[in-house]
Amino acid sequence: MVSTMSVLGTWIGVFFTLSIFSFLFKDNPFYKFAEQVFIGLSAGYGLIYLIYNVLIPNLFHKLIFDFSHNVILLIPATLGLMMLLRLIPSLQWLSKYPLAVVIGTAVGISMLRYMQSDFLNQLTATMINPLAGATKVEIVGNFLLIIGTICGIYFFYFSRKKEGIYSVPSRIGIWFLMISFGASFGYTVMARVSLLIGRLDFLLKDWLHIIK
Amino acid sequence: MPNTESFFYMKTNRILYSIILLSLLNVCKMNAVHDTMVLDVPWDNGTALSIKIDYEPMWKHVILEKADSSGVFVPLSVFFEGQTEYIDSDVLANAKQIYRISAYTSDRKDSLIVVKGGVATEQWFYMGKLSMLILLVLICTAIMYFISLARRGKALFIRRINGLDSMDEAVGRATEKGKPILFIPGIGDLDDIQTIASLSILSHLAQRSAEYNTDIIVPCKYSMVMSAAREVVKEAYLKVGKPDAYKEQNIFYLTDDQFGYVAGIDGIMLREQPAANFFMGSFFAESLILAETGFSTGAIQTAGTAQAHQLPFFIVSCDYTLIGEELFAASAYLSNDPQQIGSLKGHDFGKVMLIVLTIAGVIFEILGLHGFKNFFTVG
Repeated sequence: MVSTMSVLGTWIGVFFTLSIFSFLFKDNPFYKFAEQVFIGLSAGYGLIYLIYNVLIPNLFHKLIFDFSHNVILLIPATLGLMMLLRLIPSLQWLSKYPLAVVIGTAVGISMLRYMQSDFLNQLTATMINPLAGATKVEIVGNFLLIIGTICGIYFFYFSRKKEGIYSVPSRIGIWFLMISFGASFGYTVMARVSLLIGRLDFLLKDWLHIIK
Repeated sequence: MPNTESFFYMKTNRILYSIILLSLLNVCKMNAVHDTMVLDVPWDNGTALSIKIDYEPMWKHVILEKADSSGVFVPLSVFFEGQTEYIDSDVLANAKQIYRISAYTSDRKDSLIVVKGGVATEQWFYMGKLSMLILLVLICTAIMYFISLARRGKALFIRRINGLDSMDEAVGRATEKGKPILFIPGIGDLDDIQTIASLSILSHLAQRSAEYNTDIIVPCKYSMVMSAAREVVKEAYLKVGKPDAYKEQNIFYLTDDQFGYVAGIDGIMLREQPAANFFMGSFFAESLILAETGFSTGAIQTAGTAQAHQLPFFIVSCDYTLIGEELFAASAYLSNDPQQIGSLKGHDFGKVMLIVLTIAGVIFEILGLHGFKNFFTVG
C-alpha cells in the first residue's frame, strides 16, 4: 500500500522537475518558483546541517562536556565569533583576521599537497624508458606521453614570448591539451546523459508507471 | 621397592629424554626460521613497521597475521617464495603491534608459529620526502629572489595572456550597454587556491567597473567567500577613489547547495541580463549549465579554472578561457603587484626545472639507471 506522503512526495518531485525543465523553453513563473524554493530550502538545510553536524558535535558538545581537554577549540570559536563581527560596522575590521588565518592555512596546506600530486608524481610518471614498450603502439604512446608532458608544461611558461622556435613546443602543447579536452568532453557528456536518464526514469517509472 | 624405584627412575628418564628431544626438535625448527624481526621503519612519521623474516626454503607457505585491538590475529599478507620483508604501513605511532608468522611445509604436515611485537616511532625527518624538500627550497628561493628583484623595481617580463584583454573590453561593453557584469568566484571555499586567484581577478575587474561606474554582481556559494569578495571589491572601489559607489548588496550569499547555486545564477543571468559574465575559480558539474545559459543571453563570457574536466565545457561555450595555470598567472599580470609577478617568475623557474628533470629522468631510465627516478618517488 503506497502511503499518502509517498504519493505526495512523488507529485511534488514531478512538479519541481517539470518546473525546472520548463527553463528550456524560457524563463517563466514556474521556473522562478522552483528556483526560489530550491535556493531557500538548500540554504536553510545547509544552515541546520552545519549547526547539528558541525557546530554542536565538534564545538559546543566538546566544550560543555569536556572543557579541559578541548580548550584549544576556543581558538576556532573565537575566529568564528570574529567573523560574525561583520554585523557590527565599528568592529567589522576584526573579521579580516579569521579570513587571513583561513587563506594562509589553506595556501600552506595546498602547497605541499600540490607539490606531491602535481609536481613530483607527474615528474616520476613521465620518467620512463620510452623504448621499453612491449609493442610498437606502446612505444609510440610512451614518446607521446613524454613529448606531451614537456610541451604541455612549456605552454604554461610565461617568461618568454611565443615567437619563432619558442612557439613550436607551445603549439604542440596546446594540441595535446585540446585533444585531451575533446576526449574529456565526450566522456563527461556521456556521464551527464545518465543524469537526464535518471530524471526521465523518475518521471516515467515512479510517476507515470509507463516503464517498470 | 627397588623395582618400583627402578621403574620410576626409568619412566622419569624417558620423560626427560623426550623433553630434551622435543626441545632439540623445536630448536631445529626455530632455526629453520632464523630470524624474525619487527623493526621500526626509520625516518618516517611512525606509521610503518618492517617485518623481516629469514626462513629456510622448506617453509613453502608463510602467512603473516596481525593482532587487532581485541587481540585476534587477522591475516595481513602471504609471503611469496623468496620474499623476506613486509612493510605494514597501517600502524599507529608509539603503539605496540603484535604479529604472528605461521609457516607450513608444502605438504602442510609440519608447521611453525612465531609471535613477535614491535613499536613504530616518529622521527623528526622523513627521508622519503627529501627530494620534495630540495625542490621546495629551490622553488621558494627562486620565488623570493624574483620578488626581491620586482620590489627593487626591475622590470620582469611576463608574456601577454590571451583572454585578459577581453576582460577590460567586456567591462567597457557592459558600460556602453548600461548593464551590470556578473562575476562567479566558483563553487570552492576559501581553502581552494583557485578561489583565492579568482578574488585577485575580481579585484582588477572591480577597479575597472568602479572607474566605468558599472555594477558588478557577485553571487557566492560560501559565506566566507562572500566576506572575502566584499573586502576585495570594497578595497578596489577605495583604490580608485569611489568608495560611495560600492554596493555591498551586490555581493551576496545564495546557497551552499551546488545546483541551488546554479539555479540562482541562471535566474540572475536571465533577469539582470549582464553584458559580461566571468566564471573564475573552481567549477564542477555546473560549468556547462552556467556557461550555456550565459551564452543564450548573449553576454561576453570569460572563464578560468584549473579543473581539467570542466575546461572543455568553458572552451566550447565561452569567448575566452584561461586554462589552468593561466588563471593564476592572470591575477599576477593584472595586478602588476611585485609580489605576484615575482611569484609567477619563480613558478616559471619551477617549470623549467620540471622539464629539465623530466628529460634527465628519461635519459637515466633509457640507460637503465633507476636511482634518479627513485630519488623523486615520494612514498
